[in-house]
Amino acid sequence: MRFESLIDSVGRTPLVGLPRLSPSEDVRIWAKLEDRNPTGSIKDRPALWMIEQAEKDGLLRPGCTILEPTSGNTGISLAMSAKLKGYKLICVMPENTSEERRQLLRMWGAEIISSPAAGGSNEAVRVAKGLAAENPSWVMLYQYGNPANWRSHYETTGPEILEDLPTVTHFVAGLGTTGTLMGVGRFLRERVPDVKIVAAEPRYGELVYGLRNVDEGFIPELYDADVLTTRFSVSSGDALRRTRELLAAEGIFAGVSTGAALHAALGMAAKAVKAGERADVVFVVADGGWKYLSTGAYEGTLDEAEERLEGQLWA
Amino acid sequence: MAIEVRIPTILRTYTDGAKAVDAQGATLEELIGDLESRHPGLQARLVDQGALRRFVNVYLNDEDVRFLGGLETPVADGDTVTVLPAVAGGSR
Repeated sequence: MRFESLIDSVGRTPLVGLPRLSPSEDVRIWAKLEDRNPTGSIKDRPALWMIEQAEKDGLLRPGCTILEPTSGNTGISLAMSAKLKGYKLICVMPENTSEERRQLLRMWGAEIISSPAAGGSNEAVRVAKGLAAENPSWVMLYQYGNPANWRSHYETTGPEILEDLPTVTHFVAGLGTTGTLMGVGRFLRERVPDVKIVAAEPRYGELVYGLRNVDEGFIPELYDADVLTTRFSVSSGDALRRTRELLAAEGIFAGVSTGAALHAALGMAAKAVKAGERADVVFVVADGGWKYLSTGAYEGTLDEAEERLEGQLWA
Repeated sequence: MAIEVRIPTILRTYTDGAKAVDAQGATLEELIGDLESRHPGLQARLVDQGALRRFVNVYLNDEDVRFLGGLETPVADGDTVTVLPAVAGGSR
């Protein structure tokens, strides 16, 4: 495949079968390898679409500064696109995100502003909104509420999946900004009768949630519950266990949030087997495991890894 | 066999500090009723006017029961039910 530039090579990722983890001939699991995007994550798609939409809308002009709350992947994707298109980027991220992500962002020329770990990404969003109000010339693309985020998946990720696997019955992805699920979900619902759209959300330990009040829950503006069929809450332990199974059984080296999506995919597959129904379950490999090596997720016993992951954001 | 119910820290005052307790029933509603018989006060923290409380999430084998059938969701031996305070997760 040949492209005019790196930016033009976003998307068109492989869909690979998981012969060892699929429960039967009739119930199969497929991985959409989004780590094969230029900066190694699914976020290259929404980052590019949000920037190009802002250019079309006249919000972004050469030399502009982009501001974004992000725990990493979106920032890395924006940093690459911003560098190639001549914009400055400032990322607001929780202080407990991995060191690899910070180094990658700095490599691509982004500036990082840390927000307190206790508030997670909700706090990063709050800090970024405050900075945007103080600096009206900065452009906040705001992935949690920008329709170009879900449009990128409606226009690219969804059509790719349907073209490669017309018999798809389930789509499973992590629930963060909700852009992937909203975009692919809407696209598939228009074309595949009774398709099931399944969210896998991280269930963090109480150390992460401990300081927060239950009614502070942040719901991204993009979220529309009607697009979803169901929602899984996946513990750090289950996400880690599945991440390792994916590597051991199928050779796929993925980040920890992918383990959570696989856990939900296997849950839906088990239900299909029990109901005697055929299924082609597609789940998203959002990124590779490289950026999480320092978290200790891949070393020692599961219990040790789970302990090391306690208090860290892994999705 | 029974159904394991995992209890969040904030509600363990009702279970003598236990992280998980066993219960029985054919639906989530029956299960919570069975819990109440041994852990009085728990039901009112989970259910209000015949529905799950707004800031409580209940998962059947990690799946949100609000998308399954709410209190009428069927449960069976070997299932795991997880109770959590509702906090939106996710971060990208």
